[in-house]
Amino acid sequence: MQIVDPTDERVPIRRSLAKRPGTPVGSIALLDISKPRGDVLMNRLEERLKERLPGVEIRRYRKPTFARPAPEDLRRRIAEENGFVIEALAD
Amino acid sequence: MEKSGKQLPAFTLKDLAANERSFPSGRNALLCFVKEDCPTCGLTMPLIEAACRAFGTKLDVWAIGQDAEGNRKLVESNRLSVPMLDDSALSVSFACGIEIVPTIVLAAPDGAELRRLEGFDRAEWRNLLAELARISGLAVPGIDWESYPAQRPGCGSKSVEPDVAERLEAAARGHRLTARRIEIGAQDEFEFMFERGLTDGLPVVPPTPERVARMLTGTRRDPQEIVAVLPPNLAPASVEKLAANAVMAGCRSEYFPVVLAAIEAIAAPEFNIHGVMATTWGATPVIIVNGPIRHRLGMNMGMMALGYGNRANATIGRAVKLALRNIGGARPGDIERSTFGAIGKFTTCFAEWEERSPWEPLHVERGFAREESVVTVFGLEAGSRQIADQHSRTAHALCASFALGLEACWHPKQHLSGEVLLVVSPEHADTIARDKWSKAQVRERIQQASARPLRELLPDQECGEGMPLKTFGLENPTPEQLAHRVPKFRRPEDINIIVAGGEAGKFSAIFAGWLSGPTGSISVSRRVEEVP
Repeated sequence: MQIVDPTDERVPIRRSLAKRPGTPVGSIALLDISKPRGDVLMNRLEERLKERLPGVEIRRYRKPTFARPAPEDLRRRIAEENGFVIEALAD
Repeated sequence: MEKSGKQLPAFTLKDLAANERSFPSGRNALLCFVKEDCPTCGLTMPLIEAACRAFGTKLDVWAIGQDAEGNRKLVESNRLSVPMLDDSALSVSFACGIEIVPTIVLAAPDGAELRRLEGFDRAEWRNLLAELARISGLAVPGIDWESYPAQRPGCGSKSVEPDVAERLEAAARGHRLTARRIEIGAQDEFEFMFERGLTDGLPVVPPTPERVARMLTGTRRDPQEIVAVLPPNLAPASVEKLAANAVMAGCRSEYFPVVLAAIEAIAAPEFNIHGVMATTWGATPVIIVNGPIRHRLGMNMGMMALGYGNRANATIGRAVKLALRNIGGARPGDIERSTFGAIGKFTTCFAEWEERSPWEPLHVERGFAREESVVTVFGLEAGSRQIADQHSRTAHALCASFALGLEACWHPKQHLSGEVLLVVSPEHADTIARDKWSKAQVRERIQQASARPLRELLPDQECGEGMPLKTFGLENPTPEQLAHRVPKFRRPEDINIIVAGGEAGKFSAIFAGWLSGPTGSISVSRRVEEVP
């Protein structure tokens, strides 16, 4: 649900959490933020998820650099193609 | 054929092959609004197809379908070659004012509407095809007219179904809504409103864009018009922001013009709403509604008028207070700093029972016509008290009771006070009316019966509160000066009098004043701009 802000808009909006869907279905995005050894973590994560959720598709994405937010088109593509996203780092 | 002159909205829709079709294209156009589950649309489809085959080389003949799945079915079952444009979002149907399907609109090359057919009428269709032949210079197609009924009514357009119409109205008006949007997410929406500090302590209706759009139908004013600048933050209060707060308060759209007038009134500099809200005394805007709108809104002016239970009374006053809180930033404990507060700070709004009054109503006294609807705001104590007088049988005696009750306002030893509001009950009004007393006589008697010798008003060791001699410019008063009787009110006209309340009960009610006059708050009236 969306509301029209009834205030003078001096206070920034605090984001609220999206609805928690329970059991994952469809596809899950694994977003590697490009930190060293991020792929090691993501590979292991993918392995475990496939064991636990055999019906769910795993899609892999990677940010160009960990030092900046994900580009708009990457964020949009992840949102369009998946119901869930796991973003992770390593080192 | 006469040209209606009405300009149809420009639009671009996709056909089933995902090709974009834009209107107006510079050619005449036949826009055929249909939906698959309408039998009359099914009946009409072969004629639309015939028009397309006959005239499609010279003008745009398009079917505009309201249901994506149904559009495909219509095309397949009728083996149509006419382009079927997808208006399943219904935005074009809504913008073109389609209420019935089928609706056939003939448009000029510049997009002006020339002719509109609703439902099915054989004679109208014959005329239409003849008109298309004339426009295109092509032949009228052969139609077996005998196989068609003379007339068939259409079905309701999907764009006017209740929930859909509301959504489309919001979307259309949404182009003019500029307030920030907030996603509530998965939380309970009512809890969300509490958590964000948007309520007065009671639940509020979440102001969704649809609800705000519906509220805006109550006024012709532009959503972005600034109605007032509200303290303490001196924030501009647009019609849109006020509509959001009116939604939260629970107002119906018909109440909204009263809310707007009340906001204008409290924002007048002489009303000093900043002071009314910030004072440690428990003041609030007391809102009185006069004129015909009282009846149209079903406002309470009789039994329980000052109490609760009536939606218009309760929510109009609440909307004003929520706007002060949310837009102006007047929050309890922050800028709103009353020592005690009062229940009346939630909302204090009621109507005068003009028909039950022996006098001119409040708004007429203040220079408005009786048939005008007017809001008057007073900066008064946020709650009424009652004066019982079950024994006086004359106006003279009864008004002395009013005087004694009024004398307690602020403090009995504080005289030369400013504005108060006396709400005379019908039974008390009858007592006064029997003696044919005017309001001026009532005020004069109150001043007379509440006047006290100066010596009784001086602060002393028995009671430290009172009026010091310097208030009167005196140092060594003579016995005559000490005996001079000081009226309770600076001016008789500071005693505002209206009639309201239940038919039974020899009681009247008082709203005591706050600081009144140029250094405090002066009551303000504003006319209500109603949507006819």
